[in-house]
Amino acid sequence: MSLWEYANPTKFMATTAAVLPWAVGVAVLTLGGGLLWAFFLTPDDFRQGSTVKIMFLHVPAAMMAINAWIMMLVTSLVWLIRRHHVSALAARAAAPAGLAFTVIGLITGALWGQPMWGTAWVWDPRLTSFLVLCLFYIGYLALWQAIEDPDTAADLTAVLCLVGSVFALLSRYAVFFWSQGLHQGPSLSLQPGTRMDWAYKAPLYVCMVGFAALFVVLVLIGTRSMIRARRLRALELRERMA
Amino acid sequence: MMPDLGRYAFEVLSSYAVTLGILAAVVALYLWHDARTRAALRDAERRRQARDG
Repeated sequence: MSLWEYANPTKFMATTAAVLPWAVGVAVLTLGGGLLWAFFLTPDDFRQGSTVKIMFLHVPAAMMAINAWIMMLVTSLVWLIRRHHVSALAARAAAPAGLAFTVIGLITGALWGQPMWGTAWVWDPRLTSFLVLCLFYIGYLALWQAIEDPDTAADLTAVLCLVGSVFALLSRYAVFFWSQGLHQGPSLSLQPGTRMDWAYKAPLYVCMVGFAALFVVLVLIGTRSMIRARRLRALELRERMA
Repeated sequence: MMPDLGRYAFEVLSSYAVTLGILAAVVALYLWHDARTRAALRDAERRRQARDG
């Protein structure tokens, strides 16, 4: 069975109808459980005090803001190369969720930065590229709204997505090669040596899974909704021509 | 039981309130758009059936 079969709207609708309830269950359990664990059961950090609890919102939101754009990049490339409508609709469906995660990342970062850095904002490479990513999300959604023909809108937003990917990757990797700025290195690392105690790491992983599961749920709902909207548009066109 | 957040209570509580608010709003937006599209498509299908017999 080929992956491209799911680019067929009928097949996509049938498959996601079965998957969606399970995805909702996973999202509710992991996001709800993770946030309750993070807020009520994690100890204060010896240096950051109770502000460490903001990490369980900020890190998963920032991670998903970048991952959502990367997912949009992949589906936009599929649209540009193979012209599968479902992939263009999935990219569009992901954008509002990605924007929401980006705004959460920016606001929680400012609320965390004020007491820890003494300022809510600095023009640090990572923060600046993340802000530019937020502007790209807004531009992406505005472009979809502004163009009436869906295929033209999909083409132009796919190109915008390719350009914006530079900032998505910069906001993730800027700390490795741009050693100026206040933002610290990655919170989680595959390098040997303990960087974070499991009392924080375990609920952080659960919250990350929760944010990712919520994103999957929203993309599935959004894509299904846009496939219906496409069918509706076709019916309305036929009505007008009759 | 509410944890003791000390002098950072405002920052921590604001972060959780803003995050939950934005997540609730974005979920509501997706569900509202889905419900609206379903209803419009149902109406269009009904009209088509009535027209085609």
